[in-house]
Amino acid sequence: MHKNMDINVHHVTRVEGHGNIVVNVTNGKIEKLQWQVPEAPRFFEAMVRGQSYEDIQTIVSRICGICSITHSLAAIKAVESAMGLKVSEQADKLRILMHYSEQMQSHTLHVGYLAAPDFFGAPSVVPLVAKAADVVKAIVGAHRVANEWSDLLAGRTTHPVTLIPGGLTRIPTEKQLRQLQKTLKDTIPALKVIADVVLSVAGNIPKFERDTEYVSLKQTKPPTYTFYHGGITSADNGGKVVPIEKWHDVANEYIVEQSTSKWAKWHRDSYAVGALARFNNNSELLSPMGKEAAKMFGLKKGCCNPFMNTVAQLVECFHVVETSIAIIDELLTKGLKDEKATSTAKAGKGAGCVEAPRGILFHEYEFDKKGKCTAADICIPTGQNHANIQKDFEKLVPEIIHEGEKAVRQKLEMLVRAYDPCISCSTHMLEVKFVK
Amino acid sequence: MGKPRIAIFDFACCEGCQLQIVNLEEELLDLIGAADVVEWREAMSEQSHEYDIAIIEGSITRPEDEKRLEVIRTRAKILIALGACATIGGINKLKSNFDLADVKRCVYGKSANMPHLDTSPTKAIDEVVKVDYKVHGCPIDRKEFAYIVRCLLMGKKPEIPEWPVCVECKAKGNPCLWDYEQVCLGPIIRAGCGARCPSSGLRCFGCRGYIDNPNVNAAKDVIEKYGLTIDVLKSKMILFGTGYEPTNA
Repeated sequence: MHKNMDINVHHVTRVEGHGNIVVNVTNGKIEKLQWQVPEAPRFFEAMVRGQSYEDIQTIVSRICGICSITHSLAAIKAVESAMGLKVSEQADKLRILMHYSEQMQSHTLHVGYLAAPDFFGAPSVVPLVAKAADVVKAIVGAHRVANEWSDLLAGRTTHPVTLIPGGLTRIPTEKQLRQLQKTLKDTIPALKVIADVVLSVAGNIPKFERDTEYVSLKQTKPPTYTFYHGGITSADNGGKVVPIEKWHDVANEYIVEQSTSKWAKWHRDSYAVGALARFNNNSELLSPMGKEAAKMFGLKKGCCNPFMNTVAQLVECFHVVETSIAIIDELLTKGLKDEKATSTAKAGKGAGCVEAPRGILFHEYEFDKKGKCTAADICIPTGQNHANIQKDFEKLVPEIIHEGEKAVRQKLEMLVRAYDPCISCSTHMLEVKFVK
Repeated sequence: MGKPRIAIFDFACCEGCQLQIVNLEEELLDLIGAADVVEWREAMSEQSHEYDIAIIEGSITRPEDEKRLEVIRTRAKILIALGACATIGGINKLKSNFDLADVKRCVYGKSANMPHLDTSPTKAIDEVVKVDYKVHGCPIDRKEFAYIVRCLLMGKKPEIPEWPVCVECKAKGNPCLWDYEQVCLGPIIRAGCGARCPSSGLRCFGCRGYIDNPNVNAAKDVIEKYGLTIDVLKSKMILFGTGYEPTNA
């Protein structure tokens, strides 16, 4: 009988940023069970004040190395909304293509390097090199393709240098796009290898469910499995779409003592964002290969097992690759035009919202008439997930406490990793503490 | 002698420079073969207090982090600062433009005085402990990182460019962004990035820091030609390393 337990994971490993897990059990009673975020706060919303509207995306991309393209896109959409700038259809498509490259980068990193070792019971991907060389090779290959894809569209893999208000600084050549399309087609077999291997160890994914509110973007015109356009939705909202300008009504942020990152709630005490949220709200709009991958894992709309977020990410890898192949066809059929993006400063306020690999992201800025930023408000997906992680802890621990300290510790770490937290973003995160 | 033991640590930053190490892909597997990576929280669960080379990412923004860094320094034979946050304070130095109480209030409002939200002025790693080598950039260039680690594993001193970004930009045949009314920092910033931003049509923001011994007279000629001054250039050095001064300039 596990009457006493003291788990204290200080800085959970294999996640982006710093977070702690604390579990204290005395005489079979849970005294303390906390998801803590001690990441050093970085104050971006304060730091951008006084900076030019043209430089905002360059600054805020540094919120996160893993989702720098997403942060840049959210910022640029907010700036364009504030300045009333229109973006051409071609630039819009190229940006979406760029955004997909980051989904692929981040998902393969998370599924392959950060989460997979848990399924194999390994401390990191390093020992897997010897144990499962083929799959490590497939992961490394898919991740490299995603990086080259970002290099082409964003100018480099991390912290894009091609995004400016109104459009892009440069566009790829038709030849480069054709090459990228071929590379993407050639990557599909590697994705299948990864999916098969994850499926073979899927029995190690804990069977845990907690009825949860899932929040994501939803695009109805035209209906799209969206990461970039559309409004905010959740099943609790009857599937209705809230315009992104009203994001404050959705992400009700509050500050708690156990975290340097803010928490958020909408209809319930907490909600979840990320691949599983997007899947639950939009799965009927996945590409054929995306749907096939979901079927393979038995992932169905309404899934409320947070551990399945990793599988939803794998499903999205198939979706973004297949959809990007089609977008490149559309661009090439129309023919590329050399466009020059221009913009002029004006006073205004605007919000931008996109899906980061780990969930919905909001940016909002206000500018004076010289285009200098006077106020900023940023709400990060991981911040929105913190409260939900805590709620999952509270349901999961009593269900597994009889399995003992080691198992409890391992499952809590896996749970946190499943959310693919980006703690630098939300400020930073992960540690687990068990106290006896 | 056994393989050198490497540990990677992160402080306040976006962890994008660690990501560039992961992005080495197959080459990373070779490096891991030549050294023992004993601690790397973002990628591994293994941990150790015994290492020869410490790689430090991020800048120092809290007193407790300063103490943690000092302990790492006492354990490491060689300490490498990784990326602009570590080498020059990076984007985190933007905070220095404001009063810290104002910064906290701006982000956390009424809760700003909760002790866990405390912050101190941003410091680059060499403002706290001795740094042996710097890998510049935001983010770092992964090839340059691999080169520096390879040199250290072979006991050689890595050669870091001491010429301006303009040299690499000209070699690529790029049009000068000054002709397009962008105040690019190329003339005063250390090369080694392959002039990546200007090559995409975006001005140099200075993430690799000032060159150690800039040819001030030559730079002045160019700057005057466009009706600018060194001070105007320095005033544009705001995104990375606010308040940081060039040596001998």
